[in-house]
Amino acid sequence: MGDFFELQTITKTFGSYKAVNHSTITIKKGEVFSLLGPSGCGKTTLLRIAAGFEQPDEGRVILDGKDITALPPNDREINTVFQNYALFPHMTVWDNIAFGLKIAGRSRSYIKSEVERMLDMIDLEEHAYKKPAMISGGQKQRVAIARALVNKPQVLLLDEPLGALDLKLRQRMLLELDRIHDEVGISFLYVTHDQGEAMSLSDRIAVMNRGHIEQIGTPVEIYEAPKSSFVAAFIGDTNFLESGKVVKQFADGYCNLKLDGFPDVICYNDNNHAVGEPVVISVRPEKLRVSFDEPPDHQYHNKVRGKVEDIIYFGSETKYFVRVQDYRLSVFQQNIHFLLEERQIKWNDEVWISWHGNDSYMLQRYTPEDEHLLAVPDPQAK
Amino acid sequence: MHHADRHKRPPEWGLTMPSFGWMTLFFLIPSVLIFLIAFRPALPNGGIGEGWSLSAVKSLFDPSYPLVIWRTIWVSAICTTLCLGLGVPVAYYIARLPETKRRWVLLLIILPFWSNFLIRILAWQTLLHSEGPLKQLLEFLRVMDPHTTLLYNVWVVLTVLVYTELPFAILPIYAAAEKFDFSLLDAARDLGASQFRAFWTVFLPGIKRGLLTALLVVLIPAFGTYAITDLVGGTQAEMIGNVIARRVLSDKNYPQASALSAALCLVILTPMLIALFTQRRQNGGAAK
Repeated sequence: MGDFFELQTITKTFGSYKAVNHSTITIKKGEVFSLLGPSGCGKTTLLRIAAGFEQPDEGRVILDGKDITALPPNDREINTVFQNYALFPHMTVWDNIAFGLKIAGRSRSYIKSEVERMLDMIDLEEHAYKKPAMISGGQKQRVAIARALVNKPQVLLLDEPLGALDLKLRQRMLLELDRIHDEVGISFLYVTHDQGEAMSLSDRIAVMNRGHIEQIGTPVEIYEAPKSSFVAAFIGDTNFLESGKVVKQFADGYCNLKLDGFPDVICYNDNNHAVGEPVVISVRPEKLRVSFDEPPDHQYHNKVRGKVEDIIYFGSETKYFVRVQDYRLSVFQQNIHFLLEERQIKWNDEVWISWHGNDSYMLQRYTPEDEHLLAVPDPQAK
Repeated sequence: MHHADRHKRPPEWGLTMPSFGWMTLFFLIPSVLIFLIAFRPALPNGGIGEGWSLSAVKSLFDPSYPLVIWRTIWVSAICTTLCLGLGVPVAYYIARLPETKRRWVLLLIILPFWSNFLIRILAWQTLLHSEGPLKQLLEFLRVMDPHTTLLYNVWVVLTVLVYTELPFAILPIYAAAEKFDFSLLDAARDLGASQFRAFWTVFLPGIKRGLLTALLVVLIPAFGTYAITDLVGGTQAEMIGNVIARRVLSDKNYPQASALSAALCLVILTPMLIALFTQRRQNGGAAK
């Protein structure tokens, strides 16, 4: 499968503000591709450039081999599901869905059969003659999707489509979107600030920050092998061990790190750093194990001793904050046993924390400010 | 709940009573009186006679009236069309301005209200007068014959009427446009509509209420206008308002004036009520 929809080296400034800086994404045919980032990262601007509402200062928009950069939105075979649905309030559900077909001058019988097919797909036949004000948020969402898809676009753009829905409905709509995507099989460009939505729906994700793209990859690549501290901290939660220096390299790819204010650790040298180079590693909280008993020695295992500073019990899992010298590690542990019959970990308990050297990941870029993106930043951090 | 018990809220009718009383005293009762006076005989030297008579109502069929009524209708209709036609783009433009600029432009639009209505009409009279600057300029440029006049025709009336009513059209349309969700225009464009089509099929229906208000607010005063026609229109441009004024001020024939006013009132009220009822039926049950 070749690249089908491309945004090539896009730059867009508003006044002196650089909203998007030299960003490139390429979307394959039939792919669900997400733009993920905090508000103000430029993802909506990129989407509006894809739709044709904004012209890029630099760069090109290519659809199926054709340069469509200069085409207005009404001449692009691209449709959008808007953030707040943007359903026409004076039209019924039926007329909303039929809008694009009527503009295109399709025959009455074609419009009727296509609108009915869409109503069937979104399961809203009985609400066809209601105005948008009379249906629920989830129903509006489905109408917005049907209204876009009825035009048989090559690419469907979705701008925070689930942002206005409550949590349960959001999960249900996520499954529904997945089903609709399977049914129509076109490319989706999905913009969201919600990592959960992006992770569960996408084939690939582009993580954006301050107008540029930090990393593009599958959800697993993005989560397990973040290239920058921003990606590591924005998606999920993590621990940064930022003062490392490679002191010994092993033949099998592992290396020993010496850290300031933390015991030495072993980790996989993901970026082939030479001995003496400074490195930062990120370890996800769920990769860490916490225990009273000292874990057995193992060649590639790290074990460090610490003191429990805080505990958050969630039922199915517990989050522990453990002070290890100058660092505070956050540890996420599944409660797979009956806790009442066990010795429970309490505040100020001395515990062991262990992880495999392969479970950390070496970052290519580290920015200290990204520590603030963590779920609970260390209050004692420098 | 406890709160409501302790401080008894005044009943709802208590709140509407003052405005209801005001409207009854100064609007409803006078209107009914006008309808009644239309059926009274007129005294020969002015005033209202005893008993009942149909002579004032019959006077509505005066052969000079149809022309005046026709002129009233078409002048008000064109005035309203122009005001809405100019009001919509202006309101659209203001609604899309950034907040701070918006306030200044709105101020400019209501600025004319700071000087008295009659003074503004007299200013037009001065401007268009034979010795006035505009006429002088046109004469100098040989565009106009010195023996003709800019004043005293129906087009001047129309111009000044549009000038007077335009702010009243812009304000309600702007109020509706300001609440309009402009992302709907993006949605229409996205679905294939040209800019014009999006404007026509999405923006105009979206500001329907504002348009309707503007229509009434412009049409009704235009229908009853007489000061403008009096000052810049002359007899050539006489409208129904001038006839009523003449019946009151010079003829002192109150029954005939009342009959004309009542007829004017009915002409305006009937389509309005029809529009109101059909609209209510269309919206029937819709939660708004």
